[in-house]
Amino acid sequence: MSDPTVADTRRLNSKPQDLTDAYGPPSNFLEIDVYDPQTIGVGRNRFTTYEVRMRTNLPIFKLKDSVVRRRYSDFEWLKNELERDSKIVVPPLPGKALKRQLPFRGDEGIFEESFIEERRVGLEQFINRLAGHPLAQNERCLHMFLQDESIDRNYIPGKVRNLPKGT
Amino acid sequence: MSTHTFLSVTIHHNMSFFSFGQSAEIDVVLTDAETRKKAEHKTEDGKKDKYFLFYDGETVSGKINITLKNPGKRLEHQGIKIEFVGQIELYYDRGNHHEFVSLVKDLARPGELTQSQTFDFEFTHVEKPYETYTGQNVKLRYFLRATVSRRLNDISKEMDIVVHTLSTYPELNSSIKMEVGIEDCLHIEFEYNKSKYHLKDVIVGKIYFLLVRIKIKHMEIDIIKRETTGTGPSVYHENDTIAKYEIMDGAPVRGESIPIRLFLAGYEMTPTMRDINKKFSVRYYLNLVLIDEEERRYFKQQEITLWRKGDVVRKSMSSQATIGAQRFEGSASSESALEKAAREDSG
Repeated sequence: MSDPTVADTRRLNSKPQDLTDAYGPPSNFLEIDVYDPQTIGVGRNRFTTYEVRMRTNLPIFKLKDSVVRRRYSDFEWLKNELERDSKIVVPPLPGKALKRQLPFRGDEGIFEESFIEERRVGLEQFINRLAGHPLAQNERCLHMFLQDESIDRNYIPGKVRNLPKGT
Repeated sequence: MSTHTFLSVTIHHNMSFFSFGQSAEIDVVLTDAETRKKAEHKTEDGKKDKYFLFYDGETVSGKINITLKNPGKRLEHQGIKIEFVGQIELYYDRGNHHEFVSLVKDLARPGELTQSQTFDFEFTHVEKPYETYTGQNVKLRYFLRATVSRRLNDISKEMDIVVHTLSTYPELNSSIKMEVGIEDCLHIEFEYNKSKYHLKDVIVGKIYFLLVRIKIKHMEIDIIKRETTGTGPSVYHENDTIAKYEIMDGAPVRGESIPIRLFLAGYEMTPTMRDINKKFSVRYYLNLVLIDEEERRYFKQQEITLWRKGDVVRKSMSSQATIGAQRFEGSASSESALEKAAREDSG
């Protein structure tokens, strides 16, 4: 019988862990790479696109491995959609760099290599932070951004969870 | 014809400043000042002081010494009394003191003191229903106040005491066990061994991960104290995180079980106080917090009841039972002790 003056600090009973759970792959794998910037077009109609590759084992994403091309304004679109429709605090995007778009600059402006690299890093951080948010994962706009070939700006905003079983 | 105008000047400040009249110092001394325990208590300005410790039902007795400042001069007074007061003071409503205990003993009728004098007092078996509490928006205190009433200004002295409310082990003390989570994202089952803990108790528990689809960085348990004052439209909640205790560092997977062992004695806490005199409450919550790699926080709050266990040893066993218990302690094996007792009983 235990002494009532000494607290009982024995551990509570636990189920022993299944070895497949212990040594299996974690069910939270999500990695997005933003890379391979390509500048398309000529003169003042140029713009840069980036390849966005997502690899995941989260069941909420239809494709476990997807690749799409996106430009900065697509990221802006995504940020605006989420700020309007979801309750989350959306992480910041790298700057719009309006100054760099003014004429009579000594350098390439927004097509300067170092700037593109800086922006690429910022976009990668942005999309990784966002895609890992459980509430952002509910929004159709995120899935369309990451896994549809092109973004349909006339889409119907909505949630993707709580689909009836068998859909 | 001459008119005599009499100017009457009334001096409205402490007469002793001018060394006119007489003043006195009051000293309150408890009968058991030598033996009574003292308890530490934090005052409103954050300082820790020691005060005499009392429990519900205990008698408060002692004497007051009135020492005349100018020996030889008389002290005229309108009466000498001592009060025992228990009151609640809300900081946003300082003018109104809500007295829930108010006892008074008259020590002397109006008259005069020609020399320093001592008066005995006793408040027998005083009810002290609540524990002394000093918080963010409210204060509950007990004190003795000795007053020498005078025409212009009274002389008074207050002595605060600290009251602790004791409880015993509750009959019903179920564990807290719950499954919570975010659908398809994070499912955990948490368990705490009890729902009512005494102030020097240990919280023993575990967190079992049923589903982990987020990248967890670490997990902690916070103890939160919530002080609620006021009623109806003007209710104030003050939340204070008393403790943050990390219980896991790193990413768990499905099927893992994380133990909890949180010793409460290291933290400054009070017993749970519910709706004290309908004026305020002090409640405690365990907040289980999981933090992911993007600093997002997932949490589940659960109220626990805290109570104060008495330090006094229960002298309820009869002398026979005490002797019987001592027989078993001395021997090496319990079997031989049992045999020994059986032989002695039958012999």
